[in-house]
Amino acid sequence: MEIAIFATDLVKTFRTRKGPLNAVDGLSLEVGRGETYGLLGPDGAGKTTTTRVILGLLTRTAGKSSILGFDSMHDTYAIRERVGYIAQQFVLPADLTVIENMRFFASVQGMSPEMQEKRIPELLSFAGLSDFTRRLAGQLSGGMKKKLALACSLIHEPQVVMLDEPTLGVDPVSRREFWNLLGNLRAEKGVTIFVCTPYMDEAERCNRVGLIYSGRLIASDSPAAIKRQVKGHLLELRPGRFVPAQAAVTGLPGVLEVQTYGDKLHLFVDNVAQRRPQIAAALAAQDISHDEIREVEVRMEEAYISLVHRREQAGPEERKAA
Amino acid sequence: MPMRIQRLTALIRKETTQLLRDRRTLMFIIALPLIELFLFAYAVSLTVYHLPTAIVDQSHDSQSRAFIQALVSSTYFDETMVAGSEAEAQQAIDAGQVKAGVVIPPDFAADIERGDANVLILLDGSDSFSVQSGYSAASSIAQSFSLSLTAEKVERMGTALGNISGTPPIVTSTRVLYNPDMKDLWFILPAIVGMIIQTLAVAQAALIVVKDREIGTMEQILVTPVRPIELILGKMIPLLGIILVITAIILGLGVFWFGVAFQGSLWLYFWLSLLFIGSSLGLGLLVSTVAKTQRQAQQISMVIMLFSMLLSGIVYPRNAMPLIPQAIGDLLPLTYFIRLSRGIMTKGVGLTFLWQDALVLVGYAVVVLLVAAASFKKRLD
Repeated sequence: MEIAIFATDLVKTFRTRKGPLNAVDGLSLEVGRGETYGLLGPDGAGKTTTTRVILGLLTRTAGKSSILGFDSMHDTYAIRERVGYIAQQFVLPADLTVIENMRFFASVQGMSPEMQEKRIPELLSFAGLSDFTRRLAGQLSGGMKKKLALACSLIHEPQVVMLDEPTLGVDPVSRREFWNLLGNLRAEKGVTIFVCTPYMDEAERCNRVGLIYSGRLIASDSPAAIKRQVKGHLLELRPGRFVPAQAAVTGLPGVLEVQTYGDKLHLFVDNVAQRRPQIAAALAAQDISHDEIREVEVRMEEAYISLVHRREQAGPEERKAA
Repeated sequence: MPMRIQRLTALIRKETTQLLRDRRTLMFIIALPLIELFLFAYAVSLTVYHLPTAIVDQSHDSQSRAFIQALVSSTYFDETMVAGSEAEAQQAIDAGQVKAGVVIPPDFAADIERGDANVLILLDGSDSFSVQSGYSAASSIAQSFSLSLTAEKVERMGTALGNISGTPPIVTSTRVLYNPDMKDLWFILPAIVGMIIQTLAVAQAALIVVKDREIGTMEQILVTPVRPIELILGKMIPLLGIILVITAIILGLGVFWFGVAFQGSLWLYFWLSLLFIGSSLGLGLLVSTVAKTQRQAQQISMVIMLFSMLLSGIVYPRNAMPLIPQAIGDLLPLTYFIRLSRGIMTKGVGLTFLWQDALVLVGYAVVVLLVAAASFKKRLD
């Protein structure tokens, strides 16, 4: 596999008033060419910092990182000519129109006027913005803003596109449209896509996913393989009285992990046939009503929480070993 | 890879579009200097006319009446009170009823004849501008009467502060060069133009950079191949243009509306203004490297304006200042431009006399822009 994005033992330390803070703490990852890679994790896990360090937007404290073989720190401008990037907030000049934004980024990337004539309409129709060329960027809807940002970041036909939470604050329909655009991009141009997202469902659209927690990668694999890493089978039930029910099932033999999911409980068990009646009995003993206990498929969300739990439990010993 | 003209023009076009599109800021940028100009030109006058005056005439002859008449018709003094004695006049100053007192001794006409006439002028020492204007006006009138003048500064509390100048010799003759009518505006306006321009340039240069960083636009632009120097020039060139236009407007108003003479070369003035605006923008860029928010940028600019008002020689003479304030003044481009501006506008001299200040401004612009470019990072942290 040809490597497009590479990082090893990456560290980024911020100086804060309370002392140094490692936002990225020994992170290693590899993204192959043409892959769609999702960096998945909650807010504050270090997704944005990782992306910015790899792009060379922040200085690196330690480790190595590169894109297309260009070092993040030393070959900054080589990277900037070959990579497209969409920052987390909407940060295109809001008081320029759609077409002015496109022309600005095209010129800044060194594109000739003739090429712009050809390329800009293509991208506008790709992003579905052809009818809004004269509208100010600041007056576009959330979804359209993201599409404009994508169009601007693709103007120089980059081989790699890095997107930091591109669907933040975007409605579900627009989110789907946006991901379809990314899908087309990969299929038609073979572009390597690197996406940061807190949304577990978006991870399912990636070839490979890296789970980031406290500035470290705790798993990196295909979505299916990551879900297989979780031990046991998943049972779901909706109890009548939530808190006592959670207490009653936690620690039962064969119940590996209990997670809450809205008004439902998610239980990882070693054996469904054996444990289902035992759980029902434990709840009945405390006079807690519940609906049917069903086996459900493990989704990214449960897998993530489970892997984080496992990590936290293993944490202290591992730190001693290091 | 070196600077690319295509990227620079793209940045200049973007900034110009944004500058012209933001109508409120644009109005502010244009209106504020005009308001400042009119405020300064109309409200700030260094000479005090129509001082309310208590007259003590112990002579009551033709000469004393003529002298009083001369004081009043000079418009510096208004005879608002007739007092019986020096003590009474002083009481009136203590009470704040008048700002000045004129005491004419008995036998005034005879004394003048003999050539040793003396008149006492009492001035309210708590108001230094009144003292200055009143004293200089009275002494020039006294000269024409060939009499000596004893002036006393009187504090409000009633204690005489002693003579500010005992008896000026009658033979002194002063010739005022360049500004024969001693118009304050001729002195003030060339400096005010510079003050307004520097204030505008520093604030706008700092704001335009900090704004991008605060909103986050900087991140999206930094991730393109744009170089820091291109980014800086792209932002500064449109500002330079608009501020040059404002300079022309203010200067035009000064000459055609306020009637201030422009004696020297307009071309030289144009080039030196360009240099001065460049230096001030550079100073603003330095502010932007320190300020994190637009609010901070504005506050730092205000401090710079305050220092400029006091230390650059607009009103208060710089050679009378202690060393440290003088040194702080040396750090402001305005200090050099005021001398250039007065030199060209009022004196009508050229580079032969002004080259030193012009050279300092060149150095200033280059150093400040280089420092700003060096501290302007290609990264976010």
